[in-house]
Amino acid sequence: MWEFVNFYFIPGLVLGCIYALGALGISLTFGILRFANFAHGEIMMLGAYFTFTIMGLTGWHPLVAALPSMALAALLMLYLDRQFFRPFRDSPTIMLVIASFGLMLMIRSAVWVFYGTQSKPLLRGFQRPTQYLDGAIQFPDKHLWIFLTTIVIMLAIWYLLTRTKIGKAMRAVSDSPELAKLTGIPVETVIRATWIVAACSAVAAGVLLAIDSQLDSLMGFKMLLPMFASAILGGIGRPFGAVLGGLVIGVAEELSAYPWIGVEPLLNPAYKTGMAFAIMVVMLIWRPSGLFKGRVF
Amino acid sequence: MTVLALEHIDAGYGDTAILHDISLQVERGEIVVVIGPNGAGKSTALKSVFGLLNITAGRVVLEESEITNTPPEQVVRLGVCYVPQTGNVFVNLSVQENLEMGAFVRSDDFRPRLDEIYAMFPDLAEKRRQPAGSLSGGQRQMVAMGKALMLEPKILLLDEPTAGLSPKYRGEIFQTVKAINATGVPILMVEQNAKQALGIADRAYVLVDGENRHTGTGPELLADQEVARMFLGAKG
Repeated sequence: MWEFVNFYFIPGLVLGCIYALGALGISLTFGILRFANFAHGEIMMLGAYFTFTIMGLTGWHPLVAALPSMALAALLMLYLDRQFFRPFRDSPTIMLVIASFGLMLMIRSAVWVFYGTQSKPLLRGFQRPTQYLDGAIQFPDKHLWIFLTTIVIMLAIWYLLTRTKIGKAMRAVSDSPELAKLTGIPVETVIRATWIVAACSAVAAGVLLAIDSQLDSLMGFKMLLPMFASAILGGIGRPFGAVLGGLVIGVAEELSAYPWIGVEPLLNPAYKTGMAFAIMVVMLIWRPSGLFKGRVF
Repeated sequence: MTVLALEHIDAGYGDTAILHDISLQVERGEIVVVIGPNGAGKSTALKSVFGLLNITAGRVVLEESEITNTPPEQVVRLGVCYVPQTGNVFVNLSVQENLEMGAFVRSDDFRPRLDEIYAMFPDLAEKRRQPAGSLSGGQRQMVAMGKALMLEPKILLLDEPTAGLSPKYRGEIFQTVKAINATGVPILMVEQNAKQALGIADRAYVLVDGENRHTGTGPELLADQEVARMFLGAKG
């Protein structure tokens, strides 16, 4: 029983938090800019590398070093939007998708040039799990940080979207860009705000993933599938649906390796990412609008 | 005093002209109604004021200043609010959030105005936390109008506010339009339900094939033989 909680359920939730943060950004940009941003994973990865560099320069804790990384990534994202996405604003969606695909390859190559292709740890040393409830539940402190950071960021984004003027305008543009224009909402300003939020949440997801495992130039790319699966499961364009989708997929991936029948893992852990794919395929067939009635095109 | 004037407008989408030499005027405090058969260019005339299509000749004047071909975002800031026929509320936002978005370009405290709008539409006050998409068609129109009124506009443009509504709601919308007008907001309204619309209109224009055909007060047009034959008889 405790083995189930400690080795499957808690790691599943941790993974789910990271997917949730990533999927939130994808869903938000999709809702407002109407395209699937393939470069989102690379911004995650780049943010983790920025954090690595800042940690090297200052010796700060990764979660502190992540703050200036967020600012850097947000500025970069605004620049990239201007150069890569804004010229295609009124073009067919597929052009934006292809542009984001190209951007993904460029960012990754740039990281290879500056940091090399070797993966490296963000946190050094082995972390001994902390024990709770007389040792029944145990997990390393870094998992606690991942939970707490995710909750703080989710609350901040929830507050932004439901309580602030610019956040409500973001939801309005997501709802109907045409009406937003007629209402006098400056759509370009809203788009910039969206990129800032997307970049910050992506950096958070990237840093948490690097804390949980390690820095790897392919980490963003590997996250794309589960993040898109999470966004689709929650209903694309529904940021908080994406959060739930991320948690469900994270937990489902880990639980797929639990020895439900006999003593062998139900699914070889090497295949657990397949769960995200399976869930995405099932959702697209059975209910493409997701759990929370997202957009279907 | 003239609030809004369209002076000899030619306009259309791209190279296709839809309006030919259209002139309309709205004086302070008036309800002006535009009627005409389908495809006559009624809605196009409203959209041309709002910078939604290209005006190739003539000019649009708001109070003293020319606003020909000004983009919609700026027209809003100048105090013209436009309620499109469909898609005129943010369905995923609550009623209150819709009204707040209506006040987006205001930088001052708009809460007193919000209270006034709720006083004008008591039904909306009850449903302020509900998503606008969950309301009935008539109530959505009220949200759309309330949202436009948040700006305390110089003039309100309504594109067929009663389209697709049941007769009961239609009457309610016309009463609302009158009530809004009574607070001092001039209204330029395009309508299909010609008889009822003429009933509340101070003045009306009949457009046919993108051209001015008749102009007069509401009662004059109601009494006009040709207008009666064109709209009122057929409509029943």
